[in-house]
Amino acid sequence: MGWSRRPLPFLLRGSILPSLISVRVAAHLAAVAVARNLPLPASPSRALPLSFNIMEAEADSGNGSLILIKQGAEARVFEFSFVGRRSVIKERFSKKYRHPTLDSKLTLKHLNAEARCMTKARRLGVRTPVLYAVDPVLHTLTFEYVEGSSIKDVFLVFGSHGVIEERLDNIASQIGDAIGKLHDGGLIHGDLTTSNMLLKHDTNHLVLIDFGLSFTSTLPEDKAVDLYVLERALLSMHSSCGNVMD
Amino acid sequence: MTKRMIALGFEGSANKIGVGVVTLDGTILSNPRHTYITPPGQGFLPRETAQHHLQHILPLVKSALQTAQVTPKDIDCICYTKGPGMGAPLQVSAIVVRVLSQLWKKPIVGVNHCVAHIEMGRVVTGADDPVVLYVSGGNTQVIAYSEGRYRIFGETIDIAVGNCLDRFARVLTLSNDPSPGYNIEQLAKKGEKFIDLPYAVKGMDVSFSGILSYIEATAEEKLKNNECTPADLCYSLQETLFAMLVEITERAMAHCDTKDVLIVGGVGCNERLQEMMRTMCSERGGRLFATDDRYCIDNGAMIAYTGLLEFAHGASTPLEDSTFTQRFRTDEVKAIWREANSEKLKSI
Repeated sequence: MGWSRRPLPFLLRGSILPSLISVRVAAHLAAVAVARNLPLPASPSRALPLSFNIMEAEADSGNGSLILIKQGAEARVFEFSFVGRRSVIKERFSKKYRHPTLDSKLTLKHLNAEARCMTKARRLGVRTPVLYAVDPVLHTLTFEYVEGSSIKDVFLVFGSHGVIEERLDNIASQIGDAIGKLHDGGLIHGDLTTSNMLLKHDTNHLVLIDFGLSFTSTLPEDKAVDLYVLERALLSMHSSCGNVMD
Repeated sequence: MTKRMIALGFEGSANKIGVGVVTLDGTILSNPRHTYITPPGQGFLPRETAQHHLQHILPLVKSALQTAQVTPKDIDCICYTKGPGMGAPLQVSAIVVRVLSQLWKKPIVGVNHCVAHIEMGRVVTGADDPVVLYVSGGNTQVIAYSEGRYRIFGETIDIAVGNCLDRFARVLTLSNDPSPGYNIEQLAKKGEKFIDLPYAVKGMDVSFSGILSYIEATAEEKLKNNECTPADLCYSLQETLFAMLVEITERAMAHCDTKDVLIVGGVGCNERLQEMMRTMCSERGGRLFATDDRYCIDNGAMIAYTGLLEFAHGASTPLEDSTFTQRFRTDEVKAIWREANSEKLKSI
């Protein structure tokens, strides 16, 4: 398969599967225990490699294992601990309306594109979460958990509490710098919205996420469409920050 | 009792000529139509289609009035398809409407064909504010109402999905009676093997021309080597095209935060498309609204109903503006009847 030929950092093919399953089983047992009001094993957060409490178990009893952060149209995102590191699992689920052959082809295509493009972006000098593992059987990607807030939230705060010009300029130039590096390297992000950009709390660095629609291209048209998506996202969400396109 | 408003509508933008009589509450009094059917392996050309329409339009008017049991005196306005569509066929109904308007001294209302499909679908199914998938031989659009207009969220960047199916039917020389798409659907039910085809979703838009070129080029070869049957090809083509349509519809639903979907247009009759869309809707906790071939396929009643909505809200088309156009975007029309509704809702 094409994806395995790429030098993905920390790629643990094969070994991720048993570790994921064992965590799932352990966490599932804990969730069942919570649901049935049974006493939990002592200090479950140490027994399981993820922080686990009753509220999270209730919110997540359907999946029984990981902490659900977000459910989108094509994937579920969980928080998880991967070999002691705080990490994120993005699971692409199958679409029942599609023919199974077509469905697995498309799900794999997007999974591979995301893994490849995320690492390629890092190679081009754009900050993205570090990819830990790819699992083409469960359709999951495991990558670094980025402590930070989305640019969308930052801008919305600017909109309601007044713009801090200095910070806005800094963020804007970081966005421009990142997109410039991607496009110069022939990489199209495909979904440049402010929700797909994070600002790290500690370093104030911009981190790009969600490369599921990314692809490589050197055509000016593809780059222009990429920028057009960003323009529309800025205009529709963040007109409260003043004239965003100037 | 106040006299109910009645409209006469003419549709002739493609290979169907239809005349309908409806009232403002959406009751269809009559809706006869005639389809220009070409021999297998051939499409319809503008000139011959227009000649077909010319032959049938006046008998259709007579039969529409007779079935509805109305006389020209009972009619409030005459509506016609202003566009989009093929120029020559559009011209036929535009001319007949101008003549009748002067003979009977009735106002004219020019109607956008795409908007008419949406309004017909809404009144027949009772869907209030759905995301609309409009799929036919000439159009492929994902539409939702926002701020006074029907906005296009996604569309085809080349040929329409129905055009792709129809042209593939020509490769297999399937019959064009009742429609090539219907015969593909029936043949696809016998398909078993899924053949990998290109899949082209670009953001919110779709592209079908590459898929058509691919399947046209490989079909002959594959059939000759007995790798698959024509049924397998129809089945795979439908599965691929419809998966693309459901994907962009779902994306529009997520964007607009809407749960319901309405499918309109000729391809909307396809039961496999409805089934796939229903699965997607139920996964999102929404409902699918779809209609059958009486309303999905181009007809006069949908034009009459939409024109009457517009007329009831004070709009009509002066004689000198009663032209037709091949290019007429869905979002060019101000949906004044929906604005009025939302204001009414606000005042309650």
